[in-house]
Amino acid sequence: MTAEKAQAYPIGPELAQKIDHVLDAHDHDATQIVGVLLDVQDLIAEQYVPESVAFYVAQKLPIKVSIIYDCLTFYAALSDKPRAKFPIQICRSVVCKVNDSDSLLERLEKILNIGVGDVTYDGRFTIEEVPCFGACDIAPAVRINGKVYGHLNTDESVKELLAQFI
Amino acid sequence: MEQELIHLKINNIPVTAKKGTKIIEAAKSIGIDIPHLCYHPDQRVKARCRLCSVQVTGKRKLLASCSTEVWEGMEVFTDTQIVRDTQVGILQLIMADHDGDCLTCSKNGHCELQSLCTRFNILKSNLPDVSMHREAVNTNPSLVRNPSKCIKCGRCIRACKDVQGIEALTFANRSDKIIVTTPYNLSMEKTDCTLCGQCSLVCPTGAIVEKDDTQAVLDALQDPEKHVIVQTAPSIRVSIGDAFGLKPGEIKTGQMVTALKMMGFNKVFDTNFGADLTIMEEGAELMDRLKNGGVLPMFTSCSPGWINFIEKHYPELLPHLSSAKSPMSMFGAIAKTYYAKATGIPLDRIFTVSIMPCTAKKFEAARPEMGRDGHQDVDVVLTTRELTKLIKYVGLNFNNLPESEFDSPLGTGSGAGAIFGASGGVMEAALRTVYEKMTGHEAQPLDFTDVRGLADTKEATIDIGGTPIKVAVVNTLLSARKMMERVKSGECDYTFIEVMACPGGCIGGGGQPIGTTNAVRRERIKAIYEIDKDLPIRKSHENPDIIKLYKDFLGEPLGEKAHQLLHTHYHRVHKLYEFD
Amino acid sequence: MTQEVRFITKNFGKYDPMSIDSYLSIGGFEALKRAVEMDGEDIASVIADAKVKGRGGAAYDMGRKWSQARAVKGDHKLNICNADEGEPCTFKDRELIKNDPFNLIEGMIIGGYTVKAQDGYIYMREEYRHLRPLLLNAIKQCEERGFLGHNILGKGFDYHIHLYSGAGAYVCGEGTALIRSIEGKAGRPRMKPPFIKVSGAFALPTCVNNVESFSIVPHLLMDDEHEYTSYGSGESIGTKLVSVAGNVRNPGVFEVPFGTPVRDIIYDLAKGINGGYGLRLIQFGGASGKITDKRILDVPYTYDDLKAAGVTVGSGAILVIDERTSVLDFLRMTQDFFSHESCGQCTPCREGNRHAKIILKKIADGVATEDDIKTLKKIGSIMTLASLCGLGETAQCATLSAMEIFPETFAVGGAK
Repeated sequence: MTAEKAQAYPIGPELAQKIDHVLDAHDHDATQIVGVLLDVQDLIAEQYVPESVAFYVAQKLPIKVSIIYDCLTFYAALSDKPRAKFPIQICRSVVCKVNDSDSLLERLEKILNIGVGDVTYDGRFTIEEVPCFGACDIAPAVRINGKVYGHLNTDESVKELLAQFI
Repeated sequence: MEQELIHLKINNIPVTAKKGTKIIEAAKSIGIDIPHLCYHPDQRVKARCRLCSVQVTGKRKLLASCSTEVWEGMEVFTDTQIVRDTQVGILQLIMADHDGDCLTCSKNGHCELQSLCTRFNILKSNLPDVSMHREAVNTNPSLVRNPSKCIKCGRCIRACKDVQGIEALTFANRSDKIIVTTPYNLSMEKTDCTLCGQCSLVCPTGAIVEKDDTQAVLDALQDPEKHVIVQTAPSIRVSIGDAFGLKPGEIKTGQMVTALKMMGFNKVFDTNFGADLTIMEEGAELMDRLKNGGVLPMFTSCSPGWINFIEKHYPELLPHLSSAKSPMSMFGAIAKTYYAKATGIPLDRIFTVSIMPCTAKKFEAARPEMGRDGHQDVDVVLTTRELTKLIKYVGLNFNNLPESEFDSPLGTGSGAGAIFGASGGVMEAALRTVYEKMTGHEAQPLDFTDVRGLADTKEATIDIGGTPIKVAVVNTLLSARKMMERVKSGECDYTFIEVMACPGGCIGGGGQPIGTTNAVRRERIKAIYEIDKDLPIRKSHENPDIIKLYKDFLGEPLGEKAHQLLHTHYHRVHKLYEFD
Repeated sequence: MTQEVRFITKNFGKYDPMSIDSYLSIGGFEALKRAVEMDGEDIASVIADAKVKGRGGAAYDMGRKWSQARAVKGDHKLNICNADEGEPCTFKDRELIKNDPFNLIEGMIIGGYTVKAQDGYIYMREEYRHLRPLLLNAIKQCEERGFLGHNILGKGFDYHIHLYSGAGAYVCGEGTALIRSIEGKAGRPRMKPPFIKVSGAFALPTCVNNVESFSIVPHLLMDDEHEYTSYGSGESIGTKLVSVAGNVRNPGVFEVPFGTPVRDIIYDLAKGINGGYGLRLIQFGGASGKITDKRILDVPYTYDDLKAAGVTVGSGAILVIDERTSVLDFLRMTQDFFSHESCGQCTPCREGNRHAKIILKKIADGVATEDDIKTLKKIGSIMTLASLCGLGETAQCATLSAMEIFPETFAVGGAK
């Protein structure tokens, strides 16, 4: 991922309109920047906030772009770098680990043929390690675009899960 | 209203302090220096480095003395075993993440982290080196960032945000990945940064420093082919003493000139001369705008941080900006034309150096507008800090040097030129001349004290021959932004507005000695007006060398030659992204 | 065999959480109607008399908190529901929101009335974004029925609720960080003072309570039979939601009376350890809690008894780890969590966590020296004493308590 690529992310009229809509929904209230960025990120296929989009939001809200960048790099749910259409967030906290999330991670890596942080060739999946998202009672679990999937102890359960996104 | 007094004990010593005093300040009042890094007397409390942690009776945790206010009956201990262990431990944690190449660091000897290590006798940290050893970021003529020397104290972020309102710098990431950076790690000049250098003034380590150009000057001084001339800005003479341990606000003009001469500069001139020249042109321009219905209010144009600001942030207001170049650049233009002609020295042999309180001046000197025929008017700009280094390099005992005078013919400055160094000075200097030119007699009194001082916005109304002229003076870019919004909205009726990018004007510039706090700024301001008061000539248009320059060379203010050499136009600088 | 009780959770499964009519049909908003006939101070007294302690982890006397917040002067005041439940192994607030959103909102309105706040904020962790529609719907229906908005129940009292989302930062559970996040900044804690109750979100007087704390209130006001105070004893009165997970057969959230033996919670309610393995350790209160071993099993689950046994109630999490995981591996997982979640602004937490992680790895690799262990202890001390916020203060709790309980983990074979 290079700076040039980030800069090159064009904002067409359709995307601009969608972002404007998000800003309107948040009353152009700069204190709601975290919510704004979560919503804007959802508009981008790769689930991140490109540089050009950050500057667009900064100018239109308005807010300093440095605050946006601070938030994007501070909050784990936001990203300044491209992810994937379906980022698979695997919980790496203790509860999932003692319920063998290591094997779950291995299964995911094997089936998708990628490592943590990589994106599949089709831009569909990436694997991200995240801390506890409060699904300890169904550990080991993953989270994909906000939805939690638990009890992933077998090859079958993992394949079944992934099949939903293909 | 009398403030409530609080009685407390620090290390069993009774202390009385005003309500609201922080422990660190109360301790200072009885001669105890609690170690600190993120604390800065002019900034909001951050309480981030935790180095100033002290023990307070009845408290389970240690308390940060920079953020904890004293209370009645408080018992503070700053030197117990647990406090020492904690403070030294924190220092070691910081050191393990610090690129400790002190010997080659430009802040060597002026680094707060270094002096704390000296104080606590830390010879070696017991922790593994975890610093990231990143390359310095060196993309503009003014400032260099060394991320691996950053201790994440956040002082620079505060200066950029709270003083300047720019917010070019921010924290990013968290935990041990946290860094101070620009949005998307853009190079500083691509951000909203104006290169004012206030960040470099407050950085406790070498993480943000001025771009060091001393070698270029040392080389020129050794080059027999070069005729090296130097000009010194009005504020340097009242700030350079600090760097040599003198108390703030000492006037060291004579020693400074001697030092420059001993270093081998062929001529030592005074930017105060350039300042007087600026008043001749800017004053004439103001009168011309008043008479011919030009764009008002007119803005001063001396401060390069301010110029960078208006070009980037308020390009629509550029017509308000005086077309007069800054004193430094006027001086440079005269040096490379009039002086070159008068002395017969070929242009490619003349090397001009400026000693400035400012990091943005380095950028100004490199502007294509500031030169002609392939020659820049100013070849190298050194900050006060770099001059200090040069003086030490050459081995001069600055404090004991005899005094000497500036050289002629570009070495005479009036009191009006001298006060350019303080916020309000340009305004006052201009008023002294404009008043007299418009009314035919000298302003009484000659001092316009309403526009003096550290306040970020000042205003005055002057009756000039029956016409009330309303003027405003702002310093810091945060106040400049507020003023620009007022100008844009049309709600203000000022005729003339002076803007300085740095707090207090040039005496508080981003290139001044480390340790330039507001308390120090006040002393320097006093010294600047002291200089003015003692000078025989206090109005720019009475400077004999200026009169001679117009007579022999320039002709009239705003005349063709003056226009060619002393005026310029600034242009809109497009932001990285601009959306409709 | 210990049974769960239903006091805080008594509405679970009794109504449709998407329907205010359904909630009203089981007696919803009766507590609010009762509250607005009371003086705020009296409401605070009811809570104080029941000795309810804050359920976020700090266990501050809730009645006192409301009374103090009520006394703070201000034309515009706020209360905040902290739904940033981020302690690993803690998911009780999730259940409360999912099963009983209207009760939470009713509790917040009563809180707003008591402390004289005009605006309430729910700050919910991004990880629970699937619960957003539930809460948004509840807020909307409450507005439509006049339980939120202007002149609530005709009592001249205005109160609005705003739902804010976190974005994946454990530290935002800390009060000042949460507030910074609501204000639209990165959620790095700030020093206190100013205290939140005087100058919180948007510099307004603010009262912050946990989801469970708010959820108790409506039930308590309607508790004519004094059921709540019939549970527990001493300082630990009433019931508590605990979330039990790890290597147990039946992980989940259970409402237990204070005083229930830890053994009963783990072996009766959570059905004991999976696969018949032996117990290695138990961590109380989330990742920031201390750890202990089987010696805790017969201790009654109360604030005082747990404290005497060297651990705390904290968020109500009980993490059970069996013998397949070593103490050291457990500590390293916990350390990874804090190394990821430290906000990084203060030196002790940023650098302390980094070096603690390095030393724990050295122990695992068998290359740690006695000096390393001393350094680890010293880092723990610095972090506990000098960190800016509670995260740094408690990040080494697990390791420091392990040094007491499991000293063999830190035994090194002399200097290497």
